[in-house]
Amino acid sequence: MIYAAPNTEGSKVHYKERYANYIGGEWVPPVRGQYFENLSPVTGRPFCAIPRSTSEDIEKALDAAHAAKDGWGRTPPAERAAVLQRVADAMQANLEVLAVSETWDNGKPIRETLAADLPLAIDHFRYFASVLRAEEGSMAELDPQTVAYHVKEPLGVVAQIIPWNFPLLMAAWKLAPALAAGNCVVMKPAEQTPATILLFAEIVGHLLPKGVLNIVNGFGVEAGKPLAESPRVAKVAFTGETTTGRLIMQYASENLIPVTLELGGKSPNVFFADVMDKDDAFRSKALEGFAMFALNQGEVCTCPSRALIERSIYEPFLDLAVARTRGTEPGNPLDTATKLGAQASNDQLEKILSYIDIGKKEGAKLRTGGERVRLPGDLAGGYYVAPTVFEGHNKMRIFQEEIFGPVVSVTSFDGYDDAIAIANDSLYGLGAGVWTRSVHTAYRAARAIQAGRVWTNCYHLYPAHASFGGYKQSGIGRETHKMMLAHYQQTKNILVSYDENPMGFF
Amino acid sequence: MSEAALDRVACTPEAAAWIRRLRAAHGELMFHQSGGCCDGSSPMCYPQGGFRLGARDVKLGDVEGCPYYIGGHQWERWKHTTLLLDVVPGRGGGFSLEAPEGVRFIVRSDVCAP
Repeated sequence: MIYAAPNTEGSKVHYKERYANYIGGEWVPPVRGQYFENLSPVTGRPFCAIPRSTSEDIEKALDAAHAAKDGWGRTPPAERAAVLQRVADAMQANLEVLAVSETWDNGKPIRETLAADLPLAIDHFRYFASVLRAEEGSMAELDPQTVAYHVKEPLGVVAQIIPWNFPLLMAAWKLAPALAAGNCVVMKPAEQTPATILLFAEIVGHLLPKGVLNIVNGFGVEAGKPLAESPRVAKVAFTGETTTGRLIMQYASENLIPVTLELGGKSPNVFFADVMDKDDAFRSKALEGFAMFALNQGEVCTCPSRALIERSIYEPFLDLAVARTRGTEPGNPLDTATKLGAQASNDQLEKILSYIDIGKKEGAKLRTGGERVRLPGDLAGGYYVAPTVFEGHNKMRIFQEEIFGPVVSVTSFDGYDDAIAIANDSLYGLGAGVWTRSVHTAYRAARAIQAGRVWTNCYHLYPAHASFGGYKQSGIGRETHKMMLAHYQQTKNILVSYDENPMGFF
Repeated sequence: MSEAALDRVACTPEAAAWIRRLRAAHGELMFHQSGGCCDGSSPMCYPQGGFRLGARDVKLGDVEGCPYYIGGHQWERWKHTTLLLDVVPGRGGGFSLEAPEGVRFIVRSDVCAP
């Protein structure tokens, strides 16, 4: 089935010509009246105008959030949880609309937005609605007359800067825990993918008290920077890359506020020899695990972009893996049969091609792919890349830097120790995969690899209630788990004496 | 921070033209090479001093009179390559100054002796 393109007859989605910012429950045009054209990576053509906001718009959003924060922070947990459940219900009722929009804005295949982005985002609101109800403080009797109570309180107004690879899901990852914990949010979506979050606000905005959620679109330097620098935010959450991550920490150091950062990775996917012991479902699952580098066109912080294959099975396994990859050519993202869609932007496409170029110059061997794909008709201007498999060694740039495209760099290893050494020879430590039939090897390897998430005999699952975050330069903090609530809360200690008598010191 | 320029970075005429244009609008500029995801593995262009350099940042050289830096750990893994700053039509990228103009700086690379 092929979904009709947005803004054409029969489509689930008809965008406005021009959008405003969502501030204080109202649609507010940008103060300076500037807009930018939003392009679809599916066709390379513009489809709506988005506010090119500036610090004045950020200040308006902060005003609205501050006006709302005391009321929302005092709203009983049962009521806050009910609001989050209603948000989830409204998203569920509009799942196809949001999925089609996300595909049009980002370029990812509709089968992913229907089966992953949207269901996961919806579940995220349900998950945090649930854990919020189970939250409680603590009391400790320090001696028979002295009691320490620990109470969780919201931070207040928080800033969230969202990436473009899973625009709505990443917004949900940040928004659900922040709202659950009783905070008000000023959010700056990525300028590459600003549209679906606006449809989200149209669908769920009325369910939230005014000012609890504020969305200001624009460019990083003009809107993201004044938000991240603002002394009026109590915390900044950012997903992106290392230089901007450092910059956000520099701003936070001036305001002495906390940050959570998710900054990417170069995730190793380790295949031990015993995966080839039998030609069975598990072997097929492992090959699928290899091909997962193409999920979301490789635009995933945890893309398994380094495949490490034990030498004794290297050639036969790689032959099968490359064959599996060849079934994944790019196609129309709105076709439910398409597995590989468009890269999110032209500069992303150019960056991927520049990495394919340096891979060749470094002497890596190209097994398949390695080029831009021109699709026919309306899709000719879109940004498509063939799934690409390189063979090389771990010191090459294509093994060390996140390409953020459908490109996997493959190397071999000799035994367990070598596997772990190569896996950990990276600046990053966000995700990793381990594939083996041995529970002993699986557990040892999972513990030895320095990464926040080690998928073991699986890959690319993102359920709520499994924590996600980075070791090393991959960031600070954890998402997608109830522990995330603590990243959006203060701890209040109330230390009470129930002794009527003076201490006798003075 | 290492001030000894390594002469490992150059720029295309198109990138140089954009640097001059951005300098006219924003004053003196600097570049920092990013790593990691999304807009990572790309150069970031800031007003001079807009990014505070750390003790381990390395200066790779100057492009059109603007210093170009990279984190020391990242340089350890890039030092067998030279960088060529280029510019392409694009849409955003961190807090880099050129993004609102509808262009994006990117790096192209070549292999050299470390």
